[in-house]
Amino acid sequence: MSTTQTLTRIHIPTPLRAYTNHEATVAVAGATVGEALANLVARYPELKRHLFDDEGRLRSFVNVYVRDEDIRYLEGDRTPLGAGDELSIVPSIAGG
Amino acid sequence: MELAHADLQTISLTEPLPGLLRRIGGTPLVRLTRLAGGLPETVAVYAKAEHLNPGGSVKDRAALAMIRAGLRSGALAGGKTLIDATSGNTGIAYAMIGAALGIPVTLAMPANASEERRKMLETYGAELILTDPMEGTDGAQRFVRARVARDPDRYFYPDQYNNNANWRAHFDGAGVEILDQTGGGVTHFVAGLGTTGTFTGVARRLKAFDPAIRCLSVQPDTPLHGIEGLKHMETALVPGIYDPALADAALTVETEEAYETTRRLAREEGLLVGVSSGANVAAALRVARSLEAGVVVTILCDAGTRYLSDSFWNPTR
Ligand SMILES: Cc1ncc(COP(=O)(O)O)c(C=O)c1O
Repeated sequence: MSTTQTLTRIHIPTPLRAYTNHEATVAVAGATVGEALANLVARYPELKRHLFDDEGRLRSFVNVYVRDEDIRYLEGDRTPLGAGDELSIVPSIAGG
Repeated sequence: MELAHADLQTISLTEPLPGLLRRIGGTPLVRLTRLAGGLPETVAVYAKAEHLNPGGSVKDRAALAMIRAGLRSGALAGGKTLIDATSGNTGIAYAMIGAALGIPVTLAMPANASEERRKMLETYGAELILTDPMEGTDGAQRFVRARVARDPDRYFYPDQYNNNANWRAHFDGAGVEILDQTGGGVTHFVAGLGTTGTFTGVARRLKAFDPAIRCLSVQPDTPLHGIEGLKHMETALVPGIYDPALADAALTVETEEAYETTRRLAREEGLLVGVSSGANVAAALRVARSLEAGVVVTILCDAGTRYLSDSFWNPTR
């Protein structure tokens, strides 16, 4: 495992920006999706309960995309992150 | 286009509507038996089966009412294109009604809407504009506002979030029907908030009949949630037609509970409906369990067939 850390940009949906000081994107380290998300909630602890359940698993309705692909169809939170990969937390579709 | 124009004039001046559109509303009220098991015999839970509307959702009523209001006022004159933002269901209703009446329809919807929804809209012949998934329906609304501001004469923009015909459709529709179907016996009404049209219209009708009927609104418990169709008001663009004072209490439902109830509705009641229906029923059951006697009514908002590609049906992850 390399010691030079690539930073991954995580795109935060509008309803969660209240917990990221209104940042729309946050750059974090992490070799996998799971590590990147763990680093994200370590930086913004109030985000944690919105993304993870009590056992620390990603909540089932949280949609995470890497390179425009749903991680459910990749390797879940073990999906590796390469240089330049961006991660998006995509909200469900609200009313109307 | 000439033909479409002529159709519009006929429709604005004469009743009745074309056959398909006459099937909107008048939905069954079904008693939940197995999910409501364990309740005393004096407590009943009923669900208004709005997913049985021809377009598959409660939004058929609102879409038809807004289109008719537009025809009546002249805002929807021949040749204009109907445009609005949608999470899917209102769009499907507009597209279906538009096809039946010869009205061109353009819809803005977040790009992460399910494939079933996109295909349905395209199959009805609507033009689809996919907006930024990160901004949800709020982004779709902003897109439509900007487009209409640039080209106001081209469009009829019902703006479902701010159109009184939306809630009035339910005031005159489901509200009256629920009173009829329960013989005036309804004691509690429980429904989720999207545009808030359903809750606002039905609650106003029930309160006009008897102010003691308790009306309880339902929202997701968190800003990020999986209850498609419902809004977390605190973090969303609040619809102009929303009247927070109308609800006797505001209930919240966790997505996981909504998913579980949606699965149970399919497997134990034979009701294949969407996640917001699961949220409504979960909240209605909670209300029912707190009662010694009462008739609790809630809404099944849309058909489960438009969620079949979603992963929540099989709770593994
Ligand atoms: C699936 C679903 N459930 C519930 C609702 C909420 O209905 P209303 O907009 O009347 O509040 C909507 C609105 O689009 C919906 O699509």
